[in-house]
Amino acid sequence: MKEFKYVITDPVGIHARPAGLLVKEAKNFKSTATFIKGEKSAKATSLMKLMGMGIKQGDEVTIQIEGEDEEACAAALEKFMKENF
Amino acid sequence: MQTFKGIKIVNGIAIGKIKVYKPAVYEINEDLVSDIAAEVQRYEAAIAKVQADQNALYEKEMKAGHKDTAGIFEAHAMMLDDEDLNDSCKEFISEGHTAEYAVREGFEAAAEMFRNMDDEYFKARSADVIDLKNSMLDVLFGADTANLQGTEPAILVAEDLAPSETVKLDKSLLLGLVTRMGSSNSHTAILARSMNWPTLIQCHDITDDCDGKFAILDAYNACIYVEPDQYLIDELTAKQAEDKAREAKLQLLKGQPSVTKDGRSVRLYANIGGPKDIQAVLDNDAEGVGLFRSEFVYLNSKEEPTEDEQFAAYKKVLEGLAPRLVIIRTCDIGADKTIDYMKLDKEENPALGFRAVRICLNRRDFFKKQLRALLRASAFGKLGIMFPMIISRWEVQECKEILEECRNELKAEGKAMGEIEIGIMIETPAAALCADELAQEVDFFSLGTNDLTQYTCAIDRQSANLERFSDTHHPAVLRLIRETIEAGHRHNTWVGICGELGADPTLTEDFLKWGVDELSVNPKSILPLRGNVRNVDLSKFKTESPAPKAEEPKPEPAKPKAEKPKGFFGRLFS
Repeated sequence: MKEFKYVITDPVGIHARPAGLLVKEAKNFKSTATFIKGEKSAKATSLMKLMGMGIKQGDEVTIQIEGEDEEACAAALEKFMKENF
Repeated sequence: MQTFKGIKIVNGIAIGKIKVYKPAVYEINEDLVSDIAAEVQRYEAAIAKVQADQNALYEKEMKAGHKDTAGIFEAHAMMLDDEDLNDSCKEFISEGHTAEYAVREGFEAAAEMFRNMDDEYFKARSADVIDLKNSMLDVLFGADTANLQGTEPAILVAEDLAPSETVKLDKSLLLGLVTRMGSSNSHTAILARSMNWPTLIQCHDITDDCDGKFAILDAYNACIYVEPDQYLIDELTAKQAEDKAREAKLQLLKGQPSVTKDGRSVRLYANIGGPKDIQAVLDNDAEGVGLFRSEFVYLNSKEEPTEDEQFAAYKKVLEGLAPRLVIIRTCDIGADKTIDYMKLDKEENPALGFRAVRICLNRRDFFKKQLRALLRASAFGKLGIMFPMIISRWEVQECKEILEECRNELKAEGKAMGEIEIGIMIETPAAALCADELAQEVDFFSLGTNDLTQYTCAIDRQSANLERFSDTHHPAVLRLIRETIEAGHRHNTWVGICGELGADPTLTEDFLKWGVDELSVNPKSILPLRGNVRNVDLSKFKTESPAPKAEEPKPEPAKPKAEKPKGFFGRLFS
């Protein structure tokens, strides 16, 4: 399992359109990526649940990736987060 | 005549018949059905159809250059792909419910989740889900939604409008918009603003039986008159014609230079509060940003914003407005704007207290975070950094020292940076009177006339009892402005005005006469101000009696910049 943390810098947080792009990105991999903030969690492939976490600017999220291509998936998601959130 | 009150979103006057916009109300079959496979197929076909429609709306809006609206539909198409949403709907179907029932229940639950969230942004997303639910039901019921708007130009009255409804409207038939619900954050409001339709929201009392009646929507007074009397018709028709003529004139000023009849040019910049104002800057053809209040990054979060958070916000604005100059004012919070995490003591006299640059100079680490974020953002556009509430030269020097320290750190870290201009606010009488010394330290001055007036006249503008004593054109203030401009020019420091006086049409001519280089105003005031500037003729002052009146000092020629004792700025970019 791979894991990284990220602090959201986007003023609106994880909002609709970029969240949709994040889901597309996550679907490119076989591994399962999970977003965790406090007690809430959502799969990176689930747009509504991801938005439902209400992740805002300044929040720290933990992203856990598990599966056969977890290395590549973690690297891609980390890059995506930095560029979009 | 009936009058209904609402909340104004977009100013203006619309005159015409009312059309009540009523989407279909569907009666959903609650009975269980036996052919589950057929219902799943109907559901999937409807998803595919609505998704195709949303994609088409996305394309349409992109082509029209409405990127923001296009983004709404792109997000909608993505929501329809959501596995959880689809799974929950299909579960209802597998229990024997109709596709319509499944859509109502599944989409309502998703909307409910958003409705229960704390954040206003996420709350408002419930409207997106409801919009999609309605579109799904339209498809499943095979409803024709094309004709809800009617075929005549009309003032549309609706409960609320979903984005996909609003965008489908035939704009050529839309005179104005009135909704019973809606918030100023809603898509309807955003669209109305971008389309500039006269619009009222929360006009709760307007009834459906107004349909087809003649009315005047007077957004200036936040109301709609149904079957108005002749007097109102005449008055508001004239006002509408006036508006149209003025608006047409303003539109003609886009792309025109801000230059007087005798060829003196002045830069017209915008005052903004955050990345959300980028579009307004572009729409109103501002030539740059003269005051970007950085407070929003501090006020919008519960904890002190990190360097990265600030960097992201500054970068967005600089990138979005490049190659225009964007002047960002460093943190201007103080004891009157309480921010918990700053842990500021309560003060008897906050206007004269521990605020703005005074906090920054005493809390170096806090200040450095912002300066580092600004310097990093400078790689993405043309940045000016401005320090507020300055009274002494040493303060400016210390600010510049800290800035240089940040610059050296970032250089060592291999971070990219661009060229910057450095300036200060002139908003205290002390700064205005010491302008000659201060000018030797900076590239520009920006006169903050609101505070300058308050501190010069010792008048709190918020106090109603002081109205009689308050004079926004007080000669002491005007003299400080003029002398600051002259002092700046003696040292080749350009001078702008970013306070409210900058937009005052009765002072434009004086400011230009005194040599002001830049006026920074609300985005909406840019074009009217450009109109004023273009009507000014300064040549009449040049041919007036040559006797040097006290009011007409000859500006001394500016010394070349190289003569300015180069401290920080020279070292920084040499």
